Parts: sequence; C-alpha cells; structure tokens
Amino acid sequence: MKAVITVVGKDTVGILARVAGECANYNVNVLEVSQTILQDMFCMMMIVDIDKVNIPFAQFTDKMAEMGNSIGMSIRAMHEDIFNSMHRI
Amino acid sequence: MIESRDILETIEMIENENLDIRTVTMGISLLDCIDADIDKACAKVYEKITRLAKNLVPVCEEIEKELGIPIINKRISVTPIAMIAAACHSKDVVKFAITLEKAAVAVGVNFIGGYSALVQKGFAAGDKELIESIPEALSVTDHICSSVNIGSTKAGLNMDAIAMMGKVIRKTAELTADRQCIGAAKLVVFCNAPEDNPFMAGAFHGVGEPDCEINVGVSGPGVVRAAIAKSKGLDLSGVADLIKRTAFKITRMGQLVAMRASERLGVPFGIVDLSLAPTPAVGDSVAHILEEIGLESVGACGTTACLAMLNDAVKKGGVMASSHVGGLSGAFIPVTEDAGMIDAARTGALTLEKLEAMTAVCSVGLDMINIPGNTPAEVISALIADEAAIGMVNTKTTAVRVIPAIGKDVGEELSFGGLLGSGPVMPISRCSPAKFIGRGGRIPAPMQSLKN
Repeated sequence: MKAVITVVGKDTVGILARVAGECANYNVNVLEVSQTILQDMFCMMMIVDIDKVNIPFAQFTDKMAEMGNSIGMSIRAMHEDIFNSMHRI
Repeated sequence: MIESRDILETIEMIENENLDIRTVTMGISLLDCIDADIDKACAKVYEKITRLAKNLVPVCEEIEKELGIPIINKRISVTPIAMIAAACHSKDVVKFAITLEKAAVAVGVNFIGGYSALVQKGFAAGDKELIESIPEALSVTDHICSSVNIGSTKAGLNMDAIAMMGKVIRKTAELTADRQCIGAAKLVVFCNAPEDNPFMAGAFHGVGEPDCEINVGVSGPGVVRAAIAKSKGLDLSGVADLIKRTAFKITRMGQLVAMRASERLGVPFGIVDLSLAPTPAVGDSVAHILEEIGLESVGACGTTACLAMLNDAVKKGGVMASSHVGGLSGAFIPVTEDAGMIDAARTGALTLEKLEAMTAVCSVGLDMINIPGNTPAEVISALIADEAAIGMVNTKTTAVRVIPAIGKDVGEELSFGGLLGSGPVMPISRCSPAKFIGRGGRIPAPMQSLKN
C-alpha cells in the first residue's frame, strides 16, 4: 500500500531530510519525491510505501502532522486510496 | 500513477473548500427489542445500540486520519420508536428517549434519530402516544432527533396527524424556549420519508432495512461553488456538466468511506446519500452556488431554475460514483444552516413563499426556518399541508422543520450554535386556515399513486 505525504510551508534548510528521517523512523519507504519552490513557499509531494510501517497508519499521520507543526510546515499523510477513488473510474 | 495535479486538487478541496463527509450513520433495527415491559424493552434497546455502535466513533476517526478527510458527524438511526413502544403496557414513551440519550452519550455519537412515527394513512397503536410525547422527549434530551411521516404519494395526507403536528411543534418550541427553542430544530415532519436517510433530524431506520447497516451522507457545496468560480465563460450546459464532474468526485469519497467503515465495523454498506449539505461556515453554502451561477442573491427570480439544474446535475454525477444511492439525495436548503440563505433571509431577498417553490425542485423542504413565536398551531399545520402536498403530487420527499421563536417576532434572531446555525425570524401569512385544518380526515392519494 502506498500513501502520499505533502509538505507545504516556508522554505528552510533540511526539510526533505527531516521528513525522510521521520519516514525511516517508522519504517516507511520513500518511493518518489517531487518538489518545487513557489515564491519562497516550499511544496513537496512524496509517494511512500506503508506496507511495513511499524505503527498504525492513523498514528503515523498524527506524527507527521505534529512534526510539521514543530517546524512550522503543513504536513499531511494520506492513504493513496482517496486519490485513486476520486480521480480514477 | 497518482498525478501531482490530482493530489493538489484533492487537498485544495479539503483545506480550502470545506470538503468533508457530513455523516456516517449506523442504522440499527430495534424490532428484536420489543417487550411488553417498557423497562425491559429499554434495557434491550440500550444493550443493542451500545453493542453494535461501540466502535462506530473510533473507526470513523481512524478512517478520517488515514484518508485525511474530515468526517463531521457520527450518528445512529433506529427503528421508529412508535413501533417498539406499541407493544408496551406502559405509555410512558419518554423512557425510550431517555434510553436513547444514554446510549448516544455512551457511544459518543452526535445524534440518534428515530424517535419517530409513520402515520401517513392513520394512527396505529403507539403512534399517538409517541407524537404527544415528542415535546417532552426533545426537552429532556440533547442528542435525540424526532420525525413524523404524515403523508405519502401512495396514502395521501393524514390531516388529523398534520393538525396534531402544528400543536406539537409549538409545544416543543415552548418547552425549550430558554434554549433558543432548539427542540423544534430537532423535529421534522415528512411526506414520503425515505427509510435509509443518514441525515438528521429526519433519519430513522425503516422496517425493510437490514438489522444493521452503514449509510453515508456527503457534503461539498464549497467545492461545487469553487469549481464554477474557477471556470469562466461557461454556458449553462457547461455549468451543469462541471457540477456533474465535481459531484462525481465528492461522491466517490463518500463511497470509499462507506466501504471502509462497513468493512471495519463488519456491518453491510447501505447507501450513499448524494446530498449537498451546507453548513453555516463561509464557503460551504448552497445559496452561494446559485449566486455563483449568476444570481445577485438567492431568492431572486431564477432561483428555482438554478436549483433545479444544480439538484439534477448533482444526482447525475453522483449516481455513477456509488454502487448504492439512496436517502434524500439532493441539494439541501436549510435556512439557518447556510450562510448565503441567512444573509438573503435577513435582507428580505429570500421569503418563505420562494422557499416553498424551491422545495418543489430539490431535496427535502422548508428546513430550519424561524417563524414568529405567536404563529398559531393551525398556521403551522397548514404550512405542513402545503409542503406535504408538493411532495405527494410530485412523488418526492418533502419536509417541514420550522422553529416558532417563542417571545420573538420578525426581524429578531434565534441562534442554535454548531451546524444548526442561526437566522432571522421570517414573516409568515397571518390569514387563518383554522377551518380547513379543523375539518380533519384525509386528503386522498392523487392519481400519481395509481401506477400498477
């Protein structure tokens, strides 16, 4: 199973490293990353593999949101099903 | 492959356009709780609800986090209590309301609906007692919703029940006058009530439904409005098409949540209700969709036409997105729950008469409308009769949920808080229909009922 992590906020040093580090802590494998900077705003999307996540996924989403708050970024982790069901027939 | 554009669109809908799942409602049959001893019946009701719905709230919260979509309400609907109470020797029906209240608090749901009676053709055992107990039941509870079906296309209109309901609505408002008359906001009178409706205040679990099921109500007026605002220069065919595509996406989300909830709770999936349910929050208004289509204010000439198109397009888009569609399925127009409606009612652009016309082309009916506190019961009854006649003749659900603002008059306001919102007291005709209502009896079913 895959999930999408989105990170939006003011660009600073080390965002990608911190988010990827947190993923590693919970045994979440990063499959794909795309990021852009729009007028100083950092905007990143990660596709991750959550098959081997070592805590319940609902808790992982909380952890990511908490980490986001601590560094002043908005971080969301969402199961891929929501995008597939909304945008695929 | 998931495309970035799709990811951003979904997140934009949730973060900025108030997309949410309005309700996950568990329907529970109480038919096996019937007992001649009312206390034993209540004990069985409490046990069954708390057993089946024990995990409803935690499972919904888990799904909310995993999918990143808010689920605003977790609710329960039960078999109309009049049917359960019919077998009891004791006529103290309020005991059921108190039991439901305790069960609601125990499992943490927002509302339990089903303090109801179905009397479209006449009163069976238990029906009159239940209807008479509604004012007290709603004044001593916080989480209970009540509904009474007084007519249908097949049966016609039960005018005796309609006469009763005028008085019951007034009394319910009077008993909760110290709390903004909120009791009346939890009481709805139906014609052609659906048996699998997940939305309050009219949810109940029909007798043809399974023992337990999951019904889901979606929302998303803000998403539809934003989609129209972003696409400039479309003609009305284009607007209708855009609404269909947006409704499809919204409904797919409802279907996904319904399937997950059903799987995790081990309860069959019932239906997704394709309704655009507004909230008082800015950016979550059905009225604003109509204004985005091109009206200066909801209530203007053209409102009924725009609403008819919106309602139809929502259904066309939604129906393919879900395996089972049911409930009310259409755009809601509750005045105090919709920021655009509230504004239009305050300025006088939106009147009761216009709202009545709007209900002929959309879901539900005269919903969450504050009327003057001194409105006589027979005027409320006649308002119900008018609205029910629209439903009966057009083979659709109509309903009346009006709140007599006790001690207040036109221009003053009632404020309920939360999703029930707030709004001005609206003027209503003062001409007396007392003789009409006093006649009683039944309005016969129309020719439309003879389809066999």
